[in-house]
Amino acid sequence: MSTPPLPRWAEIGLVPVINLTLALLVSGAVIAMLGEDPIKALGVMLKGAFVYPGSLGYTLYYATNFIFTGLAVTVAYQVMLFNIGGEGQAYIGGLGAGLVGLALGGVLPGVVVIPLAIVGAALFGAAWALIPAYLQAYRGSHIVITTIMFNFIGAGLMVSLLGGPMMRAGQMSPESEVMDASTHLLSMQELLALIGIEIAGSPLNLSFPLALLACVFVWYLIWRSKLGYRMRAIGHSEPAAAYAGIRIPHMIILTMAISGGLAGMMSVNEILGVHHKIVMNFTAGYGFTGIAVALMGRNHPVGIVMASLLFGAIYQGGAELDFEFQSITREMVLVIQGLIILFSGALVYMINRPLARLLAAVLPARVEGEGGRS
Amino acid sequence: MMRLFKFFAAALMVAAVGSAQAADFKPAVVYDMGGKFDKSFNEGVWNGVQKFTEETGIEVMEFEVTNPSQRSQAMQRMVQRGATVLLGVGFAQADAINEVAGANPDVKFSIIDVSWLDQPNLRQYAFREHEGSYLVGVAAAKKSESGTVGFVGGMDIPLIRKFACGYVQGAKSVSGDVEVLQNMTGTTPAAWNDPVKGAELTVSQIDRGADVIYQAAGGTGLGVIRAAADSGKLAIGVDSNQNHLAPGSVLTSMLKRVDVAAYETFMDAYKGSFATGVRSLGIAEGGIDWAVDEHNAALVEGGVKAAVEAAKADILSGKVKVHNYEDDSNCPM
Repeated sequence: MSTPPLPRWAEIGLVPVINLTLALLVSGAVIAMLGEDPIKALGVMLKGAFVYPGSLGYTLYYATNFIFTGLAVTVAYQVMLFNIGGEGQAYIGGLGAGLVGLALGGVLPGVVVIPLAIVGAALFGAAWALIPAYLQAYRGSHIVITTIMFNFIGAGLMVSLLGGPMMRAGQMSPESEVMDASTHLLSMQELLALIGIEIAGSPLNLSFPLALLACVFVWYLIWRSKLGYRMRAIGHSEPAAAYAGIRIPHMIILTMAISGGLAGMMSVNEILGVHHKIVMNFTAGYGFTGIAVALMGRNHPVGIVMASLLFGAIYQGGAELDFEFQSITREMVLVIQGLIILFSGALVYMINRPLARLLAAVLPARVEGEGGRS
Repeated sequence: MMRLFKFFAAALMVAAVGSAQAADFKPAVVYDMGGKFDKSFNEGVWNGVQKFTEETGIEVMEFEVTNPSQRSQAMQRMVQRGATVLLGVGFAQADAINEVAGANPDVKFSIIDVSWLDQPNLRQYAFREHEGSYLVGVAAAKKSESGTVGFVGGMDIPLIRKFACGYVQGAKSVSGDVEVLQNMTGTTPAAWNDPVKGAELTVSQIDRGADVIYQAAGGTGLGVIRAAADSGKLAIGVDSNQNHLAPGSVLTSMLKRVDVAAYETFMDAYKGSFATGVRSLGIAEGGIDWAVDEHNAALVEGGVKAAVEAAKADILSGKVKVHNYEDDSNCPM
């Protein structure tokens, strides 16, 4: 018997919820095995992610990082390229933002330096994606391999710079000078204080609206622009796109540059928004998590924002678990994250068939409308 | 309505009890990225914390950070949760503790591996690792039969070059002909926890003639010790006493007593004798030493022990001044 198609509302709305619930159930079982109360743990996690003063700010701050790196993966994915190098591109992007901030901070006013630093972050991130893109486009070296390798090359470059010529004197941590105060992105706390709203302190800053703008940009780029049309054409069928006159190598390079630029802009949040100096490993794996975020968000900006919020909440709420329970360590938090990725990424189609049959049996039969999606 | 009221009354009471306890003594520690069970630096701190808890029965709040922004977040959360004395672990937490200590003048702070901050409520511990590395360098060169000794570092950062530099100075002090092979494991934090790569580097150094290998590489160092033991060569442990990890194959360990720093911080605060400022711990203060126990007594019998003790006496008397790499980011050797 052929499986009836899953209604669109169920695919978008119901399936992720069920997957998430399954992941939480398994996590709950693991927590119960550790001898803790899973319901209480879930409560602590939710409270830690949304309720206590400043926690929502932290959740959104993490989400900002994931939005940028998730968008980077999504853009490359339209051309069927798997950009695993978001980590390195964000790291080098931080170098771009930091160099502009350090060189021009205090020399020019902040309103000039900050946009330049954002452009610097995007350009450096794009540049770091360009070499793998060139190798893919003209030499056929697989982008997955080269972008992974460039993560390590980027890390090596940064540690030699931060531990060498760029290291701040008078201390021994490998990090740069602190940038001039005029280059610091306004935090949400400062911004809302201007209009008389008091909120608790958190690292959330103007990068969050910037990330949302980037979502709109990506949506427009992919589904409303000629460039995006070409990208999707290549993604659907490369030979057909080539036959239609699209220059494939050219497009690969352009797409990867945009992808790298978006990943690089993650550093705006970290370097201009939070640390105000270039610190070692500020990327902390956000580039890799971006892959999971893009997968979970079905490579759509709206989905990415929602997946980013979820991952932000897990990061922030998970830290709170570590505070509250001595037996739940950060490794346990990693297990929960892994389960969520497993259920909503790898096993995403597991429940589709049974759910479709169930819905077909329960719901009155009706003619499916146009079910295609871009 | 009544039930709701009761609920809030109960909640208020809990909150009141909570704040009453907060006025008491509440210690907290924030471990860094390596995690508290890294068999090395963070675990040394954890040992000190355990000792304090065993002696006083007071639980210490703990947190292990996983990304750079969590450092200041964790410290702020500890203070919000009523911590009265907070210990930061590692130089990477310096800026975070500087900021949080400045914002919370009533809370006592202490940090390990930092000496350049200035806060009235902050104690800083600086260890003179170059002295201890010099000692084990002497031991390695004395013990070596091939005239070649090795060093395997974790992540390539100035702190680890400081270990390497002290080691080279010690080895060369025995004989200028001693050759010291040096390798760093990597450039990402993964370099602290990569025993397989540590073992590969060790085997490669052994192939090039090294027969005693010193490691300052966190969890990676366990691979160094394993590989040296498997090849019938000698390794040198670091931070904690690692002689027992492969008895007979670990020549000695360079002891950096971070456990003393952790224990002292909490004990002083507990007794009300917490003094701030910089505490520089080296051989003279008992903060740095080399390890001799039942596992390596036979290995260091005779010449090695005499030479190391002589070098120790020379450092104590000031006759030998070990160059600190961090002073000028340069190693004279």
